[in-house]
Amino acid sequence: MLEIKDLHASINGKEILKGINLNVRPGEVHAIMGPNGAGKSTMSNVLVGHPKYEVTKGTVTFNGKDLLEMAPETRSHEGLFLSFQYPVEIPGVSMVNFMRAAMNERRKYQGLEPLKAGEFLKLMREKRAFVEMDSKLVNRAVNEGFSGGEKKRNEIFQMAMLEPKLSILDETDSGLDIDALRIVADGVNKLKTPDTSTIVITHYQRLLDYIKPDVIHVLYDGRIVKSAGPELALELEEKGYDWITKEK
Amino acid sequence: MKQEEPNQYVKQVAEETYKYGFTTDVETEVIEKGLNEDVVRLISKMKDEPDWMLEFRLKAYRHWITMKMPTWAHLDIDEIDYQALSYYADPTKKKDGPKSLDEVDPELLDTFNKLGIPLEEQMALSGIAVDAVMDSVSVKTTFKDTLIEKGIIFCSFSEAVKEHPDLVREYMGKVVPYRDNFFAALNSAVFSDGSFVYIPKGVRCPMELSTYFRINAAHTGQFERTLIIADEDSYVSYLEGCTAPQRDENQLHAAIVEVYTHDRAEVKYSTVQNWYPGDKNGNGGIYNFVTKRGLCAGESSKISWTQVETGSAITWKYPSTILKGDNSISEFYSVAVTNNYQQADTGSKMIHLGKNTRSTIVSKGISAGKSVNSYRGLVKIAANADGARNYSQCDSLLLGDQCGAHTFPYMDIKNDSAVVEHEATTSKISEDQLFYCNQRGINTEDAVGLIVNGYAKEVLNKLPMEFAVEAQKLLSISLEGTVG
Repeated sequence: MLEIKDLHASINGKEILKGINLNVRPGEVHAIMGPNGAGKSTMSNVLVGHPKYEVTKGTVTFNGKDLLEMAPETRSHEGLFLSFQYPVEIPGVSMVNFMRAAMNERRKYQGLEPLKAGEFLKLMREKRAFVEMDSKLVNRAVNEGFSGGEKKRNEIFQMAMLEPKLSILDETDSGLDIDALRIVADGVNKLKTPDTSTIVITHYQRLLDYIKPDVIHVLYDGRIVKSAGPELALELEEKGYDWITKEK
Repeated sequence: MKQEEPNQYVKQVAEETYKYGFTTDVETEVIEKGLNEDVVRLISKMKDEPDWMLEFRLKAYRHWITMKMPTWAHLDIDEIDYQALSYYADPTKKKDGPKSLDEVDPELLDTFNKLGIPLEEQMALSGIAVDAVMDSVSVKTTFKDTLIEKGIIFCSFSEAVKEHPDLVREYMGKVVPYRDNFFAALNSAVFSDGSFVYIPKGVRCPMELSTYFRINAAHTGQFERTLIIADEDSYVSYLEGCTAPQRDENQLHAAIVEVYTHDRAEVKYSTVQNWYPGDKNGNGGIYNFVTKRGLCAGESSKISWTQVETGSAITWKYPSTILKGDNSISEFYSVAVTNNYQQADTGSKMIHLGKNTRSTIVSKGISAGKSVNSYRGLVKIAANADGARNYSQCDSLLLGDQCGAHTFPYMDIKNDSAVVEHEATTSKISEDQLFYCNQRGINTEDAVGLIVNGYAKEVLNKLPMEFAVEAQKLLSISLEGTVG
């Protein structure tokens, strides 16, 4: 599904990623953990093609295609989804119009006709119920006046609508209380199929209680310094990151 | 709004290529450049006008020569040589117009195609002489019968001068006197043609009246004059303009619109203005100086202005209402877009004279490129206007960092019971917003369109349906290539 080789990236000339290697196969859940400033968010932003970051070296292949060559919207059409750490508000643009534009752009890319208004609204209703999102939120402008938890739930709602092949959850747990966390995690789990993969970026073990990773990677100073099974999360929770970074 | 009921006409026009309009009899001569009393007389003679009309023109002309072009607007305008212009251009014999679509600016054609304008309309709009391309006769007659049945008068201004002189004499210049301002005086002296509407007592006009597609009028539009009179308890919705960019060799446009409402009458006036804005480097384009004003003369009468302004190199326009009748209401909803080197100084004036009068101003400016977009508004509450209310909201949206947005709100309140509110915001489309859209699969251009239309929604919703759809497309097209 996703193959990252020796990925280097910088922002404003400062190198943040210093050679990432990662392989994600269909159906797998990978967790990326690491201390602040290790490059976790940079990694997710680089994968979805944020223009602020510059890739200086390395390759990323997504389902056999060169991901780095694609425009951000093409990456989305190809099935890559980022649940943003800080979802932005877009005043004036209703969720309905926003999602319809997103869905229909993707369908156009796939050579499909746009959804009829009725079909689209039905789909919205289904998916909204699926992630237990308040119907009021769907009638508002994108993220406008949403609480932190509502924004995160809205991300999962969009993920449900777009049915991506690979989802990156960038600190989706930050700012969530335990109930919201459970609902968001439930949504992610329900959306999982044997063909889809997930990369979970998190500081804490607690999200991994709900979303079970197959592999945990520790990102430190722009590199993956340790990869292990789910048990690593517990160890990190107990001992922090120091023992790994010192090991290096 | 009363507009929401299903409107057979709207549906009909949405499916038609031609909108209701009328043809104007036009002279075939062209007047030499320059302006003097003889030219004014000649215009009047060519139009076969009665003496009182000529007198009006001459008075206006004599006043105009004593005036200077106003310079208070936040606009950078090269000096206009009024003697170098021709004041009566023949619409049917365009000397320098393109002969076929091959000669028309390909970018303009591209825009036509994006708006889905049929080929015949494209030719007409680009200034190619087109004779009777549209199946207009039947459409016209059908509607005209309906209108006559109800006693509604909808005709060209010239026709009204001849056929309904009493009405014209009673109302012309009542709302916008020729002394009002430089451009009003100029227009009053040399106006070419325009529209005249009279809605009799108690009549609700069953269709949107539109100048949308009066091909010939588009070319005589240099100095248009519109007069709308709504008698007691009547209603009319009037549409003006065109969503396609109109090529016009006339650099200067100075129009007058007068709206007069009697007791409990309502006039809804919608404009989509997309005159040629000039090219990317700021060459060419229309100078658009418009005096639009309504007088809510009767009690509980209402005038609504809705405008979407995307064209013209320079726009100078302040649709205003004098709320004279007690309990009268006025609204002004505006979206003004400027891109490249366009300049707009636009807004509204609400003059409250009557008791319990209410007005609303919602102005949305969108600036891109190197353009300058200013809101200028006046809210005046006279000493006797007890219980007057005004709410003004002026929002500016900036695209890029080389454009400018300015707000000049003036308030003149002489009555303590008045409630006047003013809100203003300035926002920018952020890189993060665009990237968020990109990540969901929406490319940057579409994302800008989505955000801009969302921003302008409040105003677009006020437009009649078929206009709103085209105006939406127009906004996106006007701003293409401004971000990213």
